[in-house]
Amino acid sequence: MIRFILNRLLLIIPTFIGITIVAFAFVRVLPGDPILLIAGERSVSPERYQALLVQFGYDRPIWVQYWDYLLGIFQGDFGTSISTKRPVVRDFLTLFPATVELSFCATLFAVILGIPAGVIAAVKRGSWYDQTLMGTALVGYSMPIFWLGLLLIIFFSGYLGWTPVSGRIDLLYFFPAVTGFMTIDSLLSGQDGAFVSALRHLILPTITLGTIPLAVIARQTRSAMLEVLGDDYVRTARAKGLAPHQVIGQHALRNALIPVVTTIGLQVGVMMAGAILTETIFSWPGIGKWMVDAISRRDYPVVQAGLLLIALIVMAVNLIVDVLYGLINPRIRHH
Amino acid sequence: MKLMKTLLAASAVLALTVGAAQAKTLVYCSEGSPEGFDPAPYTAGTTFDASSRPIYNRLVQFTKGASTTEPGLAESYDVSEDGLEYTFHLRKGVKFHTTDWFTPTRDFNADDVLFSFERQWKTDHPWHAYSTGITWEYFNSMSMGDLIGSIEKVDDYTVKFVLTRPEAPFIANMAMDFASIMSAEYAAQLEAAGTMDMLNQQPVGTGPFQFVNYQQDAAIRYASFDDYWGGVQPIDDLVFAITTDPAVRLQKLQAGECHVMPYPNPADLQVIQNDPNLQMLVQEGLNIGFLAYNTQQPPFDNAAVRKALNMAIDKNAIIEAVFAGQASVAKNPIPPTMWSYDEATVDDPYDPEAAKAALAEAGVENLSMKVWAMPVSRPYNPDARRMAELIQADFAEVGVTVEIVSMEWAEYLEQSSNVDRDGAVLLGWTGDNGDPDNFLAVLLGCDAVGGANRAQWCNEEFDALVQEAKTISDQAARTELYIKAQEVFKREAPWATIAHSLVFMPMSTKVTGYVMDPKGTHAFDGVDITE
Repeated sequence: MIRFILNRLLLIIPTFIGITIVAFAFVRVLPGDPILLIAGERSVSPERYQALLVQFGYDRPIWVQYWDYLLGIFQGDFGTSISTKRPVVRDFLTLFPATVELSFCATLFAVILGIPAGVIAAVKRGSWYDQTLMGTALVGYSMPIFWLGLLLIIFFSGYLGWTPVSGRIDLLYFFPAVTGFMTIDSLLSGQDGAFVSALRHLILPTITLGTIPLAVIARQTRSAMLEVLGDDYVRTARAKGLAPHQVIGQHALRNALIPVVTTIGLQVGVMMAGAILTETIFSWPGIGKWMVDAISRRDYPVVQAGLLLIALIVMAVNLIVDVLYGLINPRIRHH
Repeated sequence: MKLMKTLLAASAVLALTVGAAQAKTLVYCSEGSPEGFDPAPYTAGTTFDASSRPIYNRLVQFTKGASTTEPGLAESYDVSEDGLEYTFHLRKGVKFHTTDWFTPTRDFNADDVLFSFERQWKTDHPWHAYSTGITWEYFNSMSMGDLIGSIEKVDDYTVKFVLTRPEAPFIANMAMDFASIMSAEYAAQLEAAGTMDMLNQQPVGTGPFQFVNYQQDAAIRYASFDDYWGGVQPIDDLVFAITTDPAVRLQKLQAGECHVMPYPNPADLQVIQNDPNLQMLVQEGLNIGFLAYNTQQPPFDNAAVRKALNMAIDKNAIIEAVFAGQASVAKNPIPPTMWSYDEATVDDPYDPEAAKAALAEAGVENLSMKVWAMPVSRPYNPDARRMAELIQADFAEVGVTVEIVSMEWAEYLEQSSNVDRDGAVLLGWTGDNGDPDNFLAVLLGCDAVGGANRAQWCNEEFDALVQEAKTISDQAARTELYIKAQEVFKREAPWATIAHSLVFMPMSTKVTGYVMDPKGTHAFDGVDITE
């Protein structure tokens, strides 16, 4: 098992270097440069432009800039934002918990609803339940996040008034961020009603972000279940007279879960993309919104570091998934 | 559910206000995050709304709701005969904010003025590069660096600026956000502690509100400053709830989660007008949207051709289709809310037949040209693509074929500045300091060719008038020159002037005392809410 994990860790090194190159190149390949964007309609004089270029260090050869960037990363220095002049890492650490909290809730929402829905659909294959569920999943999967989020706000917050429109907590509550996770901080603050307010603010963003993963997980669970339900060992288990819930729960589901766990792992990457839109609609102060702003301003250091940090997290999640995989299915860790 | 909500809210309010009377909190749904709280390094209005407007003051300030100036931290100023020396007499007894991170030991004085400007001006000043990558964009783009010859402290309450050339817009510049007055004492404290970059994160000023806290990308909190020299504010707390999406801002406003919002979607204006709980203020923006020909390239180097094309554009149709009717037709290069606007100008009439004849007379046949459409939405042009399509159809009427081109925004700004650019460019401008020079010299002056002068238009007569107006401080004399300049502009037609857009501020009917600013900033001093 340890060798298995070490192998996976070794693979991370070339991937990591690849990502630094992609992140570095990505923002520079985009047309338009940050200095002109700062100036806007006004435009800058060639002398001023040159002075700024030198100040930001963008006059140096591209490989020197890359080397500088790489060296900084290994010293834990991810650079300073061109627009806010704050260290990128500090902004990332401030905002990241908000994204984690939202993504975690959305994953939980997708898994808790998606797996049982998929299992039932597989067991009752062809029934009206199966058809309705898979139809709904298709709709959920195809629905643009932006549109879904706005629709939820207009109906539940605007029309019914059940949920708050946007933000992480009611503005009445104000306490220092200890962990950055609003649900935990609100409990720590000891202010009455803060925790409930934080939860209420999570409802709509969670549904918005979790809908696509939910649809994917439900469909994946259904097809994985269908596959194993036809296998010999399931027939054997049935033949020896096990109760149906034992056949499905212990024998079939455990094996069907392997591809589902992979899917869940992959959904974390998808979730990061979805978070960008969800955070923008719900004014959720996370890294998705931060990255969008940085890309539109061509804020090189932020985009470089942000992409890299997000990629690191996705890689870490995939590593965890691989390990979980080994735990669920002993055959994999022996290969 | 409703009961629970009420109970929760009630208990929370109780928890916050034990021992105090009901605090009045105004919530503003702002459109974006500030880049920092020191206004001088930045150029974005969103940043100024959150920094210079609530927290700081300037030596002179813009009169509320107008583009003229009035005394601020300087009670008065004198200008020397030659227009080179400006002496500011500072207000006495002005207090800086007392916060958790700073307790002032003295009132505002000349040292603070010197600090605020020298840090931007002198490259060897210890605060010139106090944080990585800091630059002084507005100070530079208003050419303050070469304009200022010296800044002298005459005594504790008198400061003299000596200029290198007479420049009348200097006073308007001094009212701009970058000219906000910082506390030199606070800066010294930060410098001693080695935490200079806190100047940008824990600001201290003399303004109507003092900074309390910023939760990044989520909310900014301010408290009314009790010792404000301009008087105590009617509200106790001011909160900016950062909400980037305009549709979501409106939902928040309707749900009572905020009291005021900027920049509504044009499509939502009707909804807002029909909501009995909302009111909406309207003002003509200090802006212009235009189509700039490249006047250095044939056939657009011929004024007759430009005039003919201007007659082919149906501006009223554009205002209906692109601005949903929420704009006025532009006939001058400056907006009507600006002083020296030439009321007498007669706009080129919309007349396709006359346009066709004029083109034929100029010897232009089967003309095909490019029209550039910006990829972003701006107050002066919410949908450039649509506008370009309408112009395409209008020009087709007079036998001119138009190809619409567009590109990414930064690329657009760069390419459109090129002198040898092919085609006419849709662009616009929103004023910085309310001075006509800020439109006429910046956008149409000879110095700006290859830069912000997208028409690449250098007309000696026009340029001489604008340059002369800059050297006179008498406003009536300047107005006369600017009116002449506008006449030259109209005759030569380097642009097709399209529209000045209206700016809307939806707010709760509970809000009173809000005054719209023609320059587009948002300030909350003097604003009250009724329960």
